[in-house]
Amino acid sequence: MDIINGLAHGFGIALVPQNLLWCFVGCFLGTVVGILPGLGPAATIAILMPLTLNMDPAGGIIMLTGIYYGAKYGGSTTSILLNMPGESSSVVSCIDGYQMARNGRAGAALGIAAIASFIAGTVGIVLLTLVAPAVARFALSFSAPEYFALMAFGLSLVVLLSGASLLKGLLALLVGLWLSTIGIDLFSAQSRFTFGRSELLGGLDFVVIAIGVFAIAEILTTIQHRQEGTLIPVPKGFRNLLPSREELKASRFAFVNGSFTGFIIGVLPGAGSAIASFIAYGIEKAVSKRKEMFGKGAPEGLAAPEGANNADTGGALVPLLTLGIPGGGTTAILLSALVLWGIRPGPLMITESPDIFWGLVASMYVGNVVLLLLNLPLVPLFAQLLRVPTWILFPVIFGLSIIGAYSVSERIFDVELLAAFGLLGFLMAKTGFPSAPLILGFVLGDAMERALRQSLMMSQGDLTTFFQRPISLVLLIAAVVILLLPLVSWFNRARVRAISEGA
Amino acid sequence: MSRLGSIVRDGDIVSGALLAALGTYIISRASTWDYMTANGPGPGFFPLWYGICIVALSLALVGHALFKGISETHEPIDWRGVGRAIVTWLAFVIATALMPFLGFVIAFTLLCLCLIHIVFRQPLLRAIVASVAITAVFKLIFVVLLQLDLPIGPLGI
Repeated sequence: MDIINGLAHGFGIALVPQNLLWCFVGCFLGTVVGILPGLGPAATIAILMPLTLNMDPAGGIIMLTGIYYGAKYGGSTTSILLNMPGESSSVVSCIDGYQMARNGRAGAALGIAAIASFIAGTVGIVLLTLVAPAVARFALSFSAPEYFALMAFGLSLVVLLSGASLLKGLLALLVGLWLSTIGIDLFSAQSRFTFGRSELLGGLDFVVIAIGVFAIAEILTTIQHRQEGTLIPVPKGFRNLLPSREELKASRFAFVNGSFTGFIIGVLPGAGSAIASFIAYGIEKAVSKRKEMFGKGAPEGLAAPEGANNADTGGALVPLLTLGIPGGGTTAILLSALVLWGIRPGPLMITESPDIFWGLVASMYVGNVVLLLLNLPLVPLFAQLLRVPTWILFPVIFGLSIIGAYSVSERIFDVELLAAFGLLGFLMAKTGFPSAPLILGFVLGDAMERALRQSLMMSQGDLTTFFQRPISLVLLIAAVVILLLPLVSWFNRARVRAISEGA
Repeated sequence: MSRLGSIVRDGDIVSGALLAALGTYIISRASTWDYMTANGPGPGFFPLWYGICIVALSLALVGHALFKGISETHEPIDWRGVGRAIVTWLAFVIATALMPFLGFVIAFTLLCLCLIHIVFRQPLLRAIVASVAITAVFKLIFVVLLQLDLPIGPLGI
């Protein structure tokens, strides 16, 4: 099936009334989640995932992905009106977005954010449509050693770009690998790390870990740092949300910059939309002829990061859908959802599950339009959500988390694990350990061990098999180089310090 | 502040030590399983290697914390904030422990009550009304409409 036919097939699935409804629900929930500080898309998808398992897989993944990209739209509202990012990728939008609002241009700022999100989101999806089939074709030549090397490469990027120290990122990743090996070993039937508990023989459930580490830990962290902000009122009326001609003119290159920067960064496992928006902002400022306006309410300083964090979604789905490698916490949860529905993302997904692949891609085109329609006229209504008190919101999130964890296997043991992983996530946040590598280590650990052991079985224990195959050799060298980069920069800094102290 | 107190408050040293202990445990367990079999690597192969990596990296983390020097100028800990988070977590743990005996409805209502009244310092009456209302909405949506099975208590709810 070529791209045009595939996309036509996908629209046939995405435009079925039921799937349209799920797309709308996902976009709506995503917008709400993006607006509400303290609850990210990863936590929401993790909480809702068990409830979608009885749904048709196409409808389920359309809704969950809608939450993912919908949150990117909603996050800007909180950044602009409250100077508090509703979502990590909206941090940069605070810089010029909030200043625009303080300068009396709140409506225009919300309008620019929505337009940038729509343009970049659409470009990201177009690029996903064009790039994904080619990547999948290339990946068809992979066998076990290439997969192991690819996962090692992906995980090396994750820890490097996870934002915390390299050591902490690596340690979080290794703990994730450990968690993935708890239970019965499929090759030998040996039980591993079960502490004598029969409940652990089947292994840990991803949903429980994800809800604990993301949702419960987020609640605990937010409760600890209770923050209050000053909400800037949203101007009423659709016309007040439209940016002026000058503002649109100033933003036109930022839309393009945000679109391509976001997509490229999104494709890299581990980079994440927060980094995409930072880089797009940096590029925009570097090439701008009016750098002095940045930080004071420059519309292009809002358009670039807002565009980037939306185009990032299309990019992030390329490695997820074509290689089965998630680039961050949220895509790891989407991967798990697909696996639970019996769909294995990877090079064969396009041919084996065309309904899911093309239906999802087409639904993103539809969802992007839905979000534009939702976000422009309904922004004043969504902004009222910021007035929902946390003493109502947090018990509701707790309830959803408990039900989400319990409904996986209908065991109280899973709720106990949820509490344990919530505490673990909170302590990780307190001590500066990133949680995304832990989740990715857990998601990829099982497949990584399987690929490693299959490779060594094929080569009869000869480790050089990984270095005799060109693709795996290149990927492993790249992984080592990436892991060594921080050491090189540390060595350079130490050398410069020694020279300056000597002089 | 004493040096011991500084070490205890340095998160990198404490977490590094705990992770080193975890890594040692993993190595000790993995070494009891087959490392290599006639069919290829055994169940101990992968855990042994990541266990070794955990020990090495956690020791590096501790070493790095000691090398850079234990900071004497820690930011003051927001004990009130930490207390709120811990009380929230403990309330969750207790509610979970009570759930098999009291059922979801009663245990979750008590959890909401604790959060709203103690953690968020809302008046008792408002906390009771909100807790009952939130639980009732959950019961309606998930049990009645979505037909999910949640733990049932002695009152049959």
